[in-house]
Amino acid sequence: MPQIAQLADTYASQIFWLLVFFGLTFFVVGRGMVPKVMSTVADRDSQIAADLAVAEAARARADDEEAAWRKRENDNRAAAQALVAKAKADAAAKAEKKLAAAQKRLDTKLAKAEAEIAEARKNALAEIEDVAVEAAQDIVKRLAGVSVTKPAAAKAVKEAMAHG
Amino acid sequence: MSAAVAAEPAKVDPMYQFTIKPLAELELAGFDISFTNSAAWMLVTTIVLFGFVLGGMKRQLVPGRWQMAVEFFTSFIDDMLQANIGDAGRKYVPYVFSLFMFILFANILGLLPLGVVGLHPFTFTSHFTVTGVLALITISIVLVVGFWKHGLHFFGLFVPHGTPLLMVPLIFVIELFSFILRPFSLALRLFVAMMAGHVLLEVLSSFVIDGSNAGALWGGVVGLPSFLLMIGICALEILVSGIQAYVFALLTVFYINDAENLH
Repeated sequence: MPQIAQLADTYASQIFWLLVFFGLTFFVVGRGMVPKVMSTVADRDSQIAADLAVAEAARARADDEEAAWRKRENDNRAAAQALVAKAKADAAAKAEKKLAAAQKRLDTKLAKAEAEIAEARKNALAEIEDVAVEAAQDIVKRLAGVSVTKPAAAKAVKEAMAHG
Repeated sequence: MSAAVAAEPAKVDPMYQFTIKPLAELELAGFDISFTNSAAWMLVTTIVLFGFVLGGMKRQLVPGRWQMAVEFFTSFIDDMLQANIGDAGRKYVPYVFSLFMFILFANILGLLPLGVVGLHPFTFTSHFTVTGVLALITISIVLVVGFWKHGLHFFGLFVPHGTPLLMVPLIFVIELFSFILRPFSLALRLFVAMMAGHVLLEVLSSFVIDGSNAGALWGGVVGLPSFLLMIGICALEILVSGIQAYVFALLTVFYINDAENLH
């Protein structure tokens, strides 16, 4: 077994060179390079974390913006609806007013016309009475030869007309 | 005839692969510190590991495959320390990473079939001089951190909470003994696992070679099954390489956790 057979001859060389090369490995690779590799990993991890945080913040901002937009949109819609409703109400009120005015005008016209008709009728009736009185005087004079005074004839005519 | 074959020395010595051969004689303060094949493979391991981690230093935000592989290993060690020690464990990442990757690369490089091109890999983790030094470094860190952070309270590690007063001396001795055994178990586990695997591969390969040389019959009965088994054992050895490196690193983390947090 060379490990034991050569022990006395080689232990110094083995230990010396192991310390040299393991020391080199430790100081150059372990102390010099490994921390840099690990800091790269740490940098990447923190960058990823930061990117995720930024993305999260952006999403939150987008959410807020959407909520604000939705609110604004809803407000606008409500305002528009209110405007439409108001316009409708105004139009309805105006139309009603116009209608009322027109109605009034028509009513007065109607009343005037009715009054005119009543006047005309009254006049016509009076004329008919006059004509009937004259006709009655004439008929009585011709048939009985009696001359009836106008007031008497008028009275008789009125009675006859009242009885229909 | 058969006795003559048996008497012949084995052509393949399964232990020969662990022989350390000096490549350049060196001496320092009376110690022989020759640059050996073992040291050469430590150098190769260091260079390959350096190259591997260097490929992960592009520091891109979106990592390529190589960078991802390196980051996987650093995160793996980081998570292991985080899970076992907590935030205080982060400062041990360089050491545990170096330890884990050094052992892992040494194990895997030692398994490479470079013998095909005449370059014989040497698995220096199959030498307890090497694994022992690594274990001692770990235990030294544990002791330094333990006494630095907790002073003499560190000895409380050897007396678990709720131990009856009568049992304290006994438990203390047992726990101290188990603590002292830690570097040995740490070093021996890796050394034995790596050596056993390589010996097994070598023995099987000798079966393949000797069986095939003995003719078609023995080649079919011994050589071929051994060869198929070798393929499986090779896959197993790659797994063992990773597991042993992981176990070494994980136990190191456990021991450091003892020092950091006591119980």
